[in-house]
Amino acid sequence: MHLHAPNGRAWGYVRYPLKLVTATQKVVAQTRWGGPFGATVSDFRPLPGPCHEPILAVMIEVNSLTKRYGEKLAVRDLSFRVQPGMVTGFLGPNGAGKSTTMRLILGLDAPDTGSTLIDSKPYREQHKPMHKVGALLDARSVHPGRTAYNHLLVLARTQGIPRSRVDTVIKLIGLEAVANKRAGQFSLGMSQRLGIASALLGDPEILILDEPINGLDPEGIHWIRDLLKELAAEGRTVFLSSHLMSEMAITAEHLIIIGRGRLIRDVSLQDFVDEFSPDLVHVRSPDAERLRAELVGPGRRVEAREPGLLEVHGMTSMQIGEAALAAGIALYELTPQQASLESAFIELTKDESEYGGTVPGLESDLDGADKPQSATTVEGSAA
Amino acid sequence: MSATATDPQTPSSDGPEGAAGGGLEGAIDGGGRVTQWRVIRSEWTKLRSVRSTGYSMLVAVVLTLGFGVLASITGLSHHTNASSFDPLARSLAGVSLGVLTFGVLGILAAAGEYSTGMIRSSMMAVPKRLPVLWGKALTFGALVLVISVPLVLATFFISQAILSGKGLSISFSAAGVPRAVFGAALYMTLSGVFALGFGAIVRNTAAGITSFVALMFVVPQLLTLLPAKIANTIIPYMPSNAGQAVMNLTRQAHTLAPWTGLVVCALWAVVSLAVAAILMVRRDV
Repeated sequence: MHLHAPNGRAWGYVRYPLKLVTATQKVVAQTRWGGPFGATVSDFRPLPGPCHEPILAVMIEVNSLTKRYGEKLAVRDLSFRVQPGMVTGFLGPNGAGKSTTMRLILGLDAPDTGSTLIDSKPYREQHKPMHKVGALLDARSVHPGRTAYNHLLVLARTQGIPRSRVDTVIKLIGLEAVANKRAGQFSLGMSQRLGIASALLGDPEILILDEPINGLDPEGIHWIRDLLKELAAEGRTVFLSSHLMSEMAITAEHLIIIGRGRLIRDVSLQDFVDEFSPDLVHVRSPDAERLRAELVGPGRRVEAREPGLLEVHGMTSMQIGEAALAAGIALYELTPQQASLESAFIELTKDESEYGGTVPGLESDLDGADKPQSATTVEGSAA
Repeated sequence: MSATATDPQTPSSDGPEGAAGGGLEGAIDGGGRVTQWRVIRSEWTKLRSVRSTGYSMLVAVVLTLGFGVLASITGLSHHTNASSFDPLARSLAGVSLGVLTFGVLGILAAAGEYSTGMIRSSMMAVPKRLPVLWGKALTFGALVLVISVPLVLATFFISQAILSGKGLSISFSAAGVPRAVFGAALYMTLSGVFALGFGAIVRNTAAGITSFVALMFVVPQLLTLLPAKIANTIIPYMPSNAGQAVMNLTRQAHTLAPWTGLVVCALWAVVSLAVAAILMVRRDV
């Protein structure tokens, strides 16, 4: 969070909201103060200010957000930014405050303190809300007696989106067969698709989706992943919540991890993977004992789990391969072990709930609210 | 399904934008700004695209017309003599049931959004929120007015045709009759709008309908239990009593003057909308 200005606001930086202009994904950058003009991002330099790293743009900005529902503190002093051009994963166990944060970003609920900005304006002040942001919060935000087509038409009418766009979206989402069925008869998967359709209706710059893969069949999950990546590649902002690390590992480039309403990590997926990489390489060789003698050294640890299989810590697979070549030892297998991100995530959020109880101002009513979810997350990921 | 998104033959997928979002250019016409007029069109689409609207309108028509006709057929057979017989009141006997039905629909139109979850979609599409309330009140009020004017006219003329056979009818040109007949339609419209605001305040269809019916039809009865002086002062200002005053040919004791009554009824509608507006802006949805 070193990108924050001292007061948590973004005045110190240049913002370049990315907008897609051509199929070749050339971008038009636009300063906050100037009008839009064609240029490439590299033409810009950050203005002098407290921030020394250039930021391309901040499309979603959450500043010191706190929201309390009765006794329950759902979000506490949460700050983060979401940038365009990539899929940002919003990750946390059930009850961590993801949906609340999204509701606050979309102006459905008012924060107790702090603010949320969409492209530097509160959502409530957006003139073309559906063209700026497409959102899916809850698949059941639909009148059950209205057909899917009419539901989309009702939303389209509010901002002059033509009927042809409704037809396009229905085709895009694969709802043609049920477009004239009443939404109350939809399965969860179909409701979810209808929700995604309404999010895409305004052809939005920013997508905010709460657990979009919920209830989708494998084909649908695959499709939405590709779609979101494509939209991000066009320069749009995709902000996507999930309680499944495994899902985020496939879809997201950047992670914002929260637990119990607070920020735990704001990190790129690669950094997260590196941080939790177990630094372990499996090596299989017919001459394991001799190889082991070759590999041992300071800062390294080599264990023989079974005959012919070594577990090497402190060396990259490249170093091991070259050492083996130098010694003339054949290798049958050389496998760097990937971190189990799911377990890293559970470990992180478990930590959060453990020290959570000792942080001043942390209410006891939240204790235990998140802990059991860690276990269900594992099961959920397998399903 | 996924074939649609990736199929190169699909007209919408002539570029990466097309394949994914349907294209940024040309997809949105008219700038895509939220305007009050667009929200009104959206609210009209909402109203006409649920079955409850049609059913409620049908029920309102059947009850208003049916009871007026029934009361006219009954004519003099019940403990009434010709001198105290009020042919106008007979023909408008079903108006209260029409008010009830339109009121229930008004509550469904507003509170129904909250009980179904639709309100989240509506508020995300129109984040300033109030255009939705104004749009609802306007489209619903207009719909009730457009239905209730021909409804009361038909009810009046059919009923009077029946009564004329018994020599009991009153002419439309008689003093006060047009005011009473058109006033009945306005009473239905205003109480419908009142109910709509009420539904937006209560945000729950069951609670909204129950308390609306109570306020319109039960509370005035209960108020008669108060000391007569207080009761006679308060009761005429209750929404149903005030609205019904416009249908009186001759002013009766402890009722408001016809147009005064209608204005009071309109004030109830205005206050209910104003409270709904204040709450709609402030409350979380």
